[in-house]
Amino acid sequence: MAAQPHGLIATFETVPDVMHAAEKVRDAGYKSWDCITPFPVHGLDKAMGLKRSIVPRFSLVGGLIGFTTGMSMIFFTGAVDYPLIVGGKPFFSPMFAFPVSYELTILFTAFATIGGMFFLNRLPMHYHPVLKYDQIHRGMDDLFFIVIDARDPKFNFAATKALLEKAGGKSITELEA
Amino acid sequence: MAHATDHAAPAILKEVKPAVLPRAILVENNRSFAWITEKVCSIIEGKTPTWWWVCFALACCVASFTVAGITYLVATGVGVWGHANPVNWAWDIVNFVFWIGIGHAGTLISAILCLLRQKWRTSINRAAEAMTIFAVVCAGIFPVFHVGRVWFAWYLFPIPNSNYIWQNFRSPLEWDVFAVSTYGTVSVLFWYVGLIPDLAVLRDRFFKAGNKLRSTIYGFFAMGWRGSNRHWSNYEMAYLILAGISTPLVLSVHTIVSFDFAVSLLPGWHTTIFPPYFVAGAIFSGFGMVLTLMLPLRAIYKLEDLITQYHIDCMCKITLATGTIVGYAYGMEFFIAWYGANPYEGFAFVNRAFGNYAWAYWIMIGCNVITPQFFWFKKVRENTWFVWVLSIFVNVGMWFERFVIIVTSLARDFLPSSWGYYSPSIVEIFTFFGTFGVFSVLFLLFIRFLPIMPMAEIKAVTPQADAHAGHGHDKH
Repeated sequence: MAAQPHGLIATFETVPDVMHAAEKVRDAGYKSWDCITPFPVHGLDKAMGLKRSIVPRFSLVGGLIGFTTGMSMIFFTGAVDYPLIVGGKPFFSPMFAFPVSYELTILFTAFATIGGMFFLNRLPMHYHPVLKYDQIHRGMDDLFFIVIDARDPKFNFAATKALLEKAGGKSITELEA
Repeated sequence: MAHATDHAAPAILKEVKPAVLPRAILVENNRSFAWITEKVCSIIEGKTPTWWWVCFALACCVASFTVAGITYLVATGVGVWGHANPVNWAWDIVNFVFWIGIGHAGTLISAILCLLRQKWRTSINRAAEAMTIFAVVCAGIFPVFHVGRVWFAWYLFPIPNSNYIWQNFRSPLEWDVFAVSTYGTVSVLFWYVGLIPDLAVLRDRFFKAGNKLRSTIYGFFAMGWRGSNRHWSNYEMAYLILAGISTPLVLSVHTIVSFDFAVSLLPGWHTTIFPPYFVAGAIFSGFGMVLTLMLPLRAIYKLEDLITQYHIDCMCKITLATGTIVGYAYGMEFFIAWYGANPYEGFAFVNRAFGNYAWAYWIMIGCNVITPQFFWFKKVRENTWFVWVLSIFVNVGMWFERFVIIVTSLARDFLPSSWGYYSPSIVEIFTFFGTFGVFSVLFLLFIRFLPIMPMAEIKAVTPQADAHAGHGHDKH
């Protein structure tokens, strides 16, 4: 059975090359495609037409939960569940509850940020068609790739290949699914 | 006025050309991306060098001191440590604050310098963060065993115990539990997130080399990272937020550590300068340790192209700045003790400088105030050996700072009838020196099995990573 191809992958050697090619692919109206780079390339998000990451929303929610957890935990334990006078201090005050709540804000924000990042990136994902490409290790070393997904509505084997060639892509290869 | 200025500005600008400060080169000799990968990975892929085994064996021997000390303590009781009335907080808290302080430079480099867009952080941040985590491990040993019955250490966490009495959240010591455990956790997370792209590189390299086991292990932790730019976009944002939250974290941790003292009423401790002064001291000692560790690493692995003279210069300057802040704090403590006109406070400081523990005080002043002043001179900063020796002085001095603060205030407080002189027990000394072994064992394992530098980040600061390099835009 002929496997449904995953898409096309093209190689680029320098940062400006992949950047300009990404602009061309973006302008051609592709949606389901990606660049593979060994490091975060500045300006490539814009060249790909990506929106600002929404990770901060996860962080905000995590931080709010953390702060509330801290304050309510200290209120519950000290003023509700087992009120105990220590050193004549009040059962609850936001002042002495602040340091712990502050630390929990940071702790929960960190978990939410990292969890959110993994969630948005769909990681961990130990299998991906791209990882089967025999040159992919160079994409984490010193080369740049553009992958256009066959599921993209604009995908047309010949036309997409021509686009990548025109954009300067080398050794354009079909990826197995 | 506005009219006049409009005309004047171009005229002046024509005459005085603003000087463009050249950006320091962060990777010397114009190295390629592949060279960076090869250089960093070769440290892990090569044969284990003999010096590594020698150091590892030595470190294990030293670490066994801690193991022996702690085993003896658990078997016998916390009385085997030398603390007793009046010095009930002795070496254990000194060592705890010392090790926590060491850790702070790692977070400072990875978080604050990241926010300030100091790109020179890239080649040292991985090792510095590793140092942070290992230092927190060493720090944790002391308070945990100081509680005496260590199997009850979980009482520090808000888990209902058999009597259903909750933790006392009014106590700074309880705040410390949260601060340090949060700090440890966030440092590990931050470090791990930074490692993911590099673990993917190692996964692929070991896969190609046919090392199935290592490729599977690195691959497991790399989480299937594939360098996708859609991933990088979220990743960079997450990294920035982590840096953003780690910055107040690192400042708050040592602030809360200082609250352990400042919230008490003891002369010499009860001062508002403690939080900023402790934070500056922590960064100072942390950078001392970073220099102590990185300079040999740079020499052994020939990393001069990646850890350049500029990097050393920057670290020396931070050490100088924070050391001077610490010196200022010492002076200000004396001033406030006199100006505050509290006889007990005044006595505490005179006693520090000229009392029983004057020797410790002057070692502290010598190492912390005088040593960093050498870094004003370029000649000193360029002499790697000299910098390395000075960095060790910084570490020694900062240990003595904690010793002076804790022991002198406790040994002679309000009532002369309860004065005493504290000296550590042999078990205490062994346990503390053993922690250097624990730290070294962990650090040696780190340099053998994990990339000591973030390859992805170093590649991103090379000139060829700039998309506009070919268009005459300003280069990095």
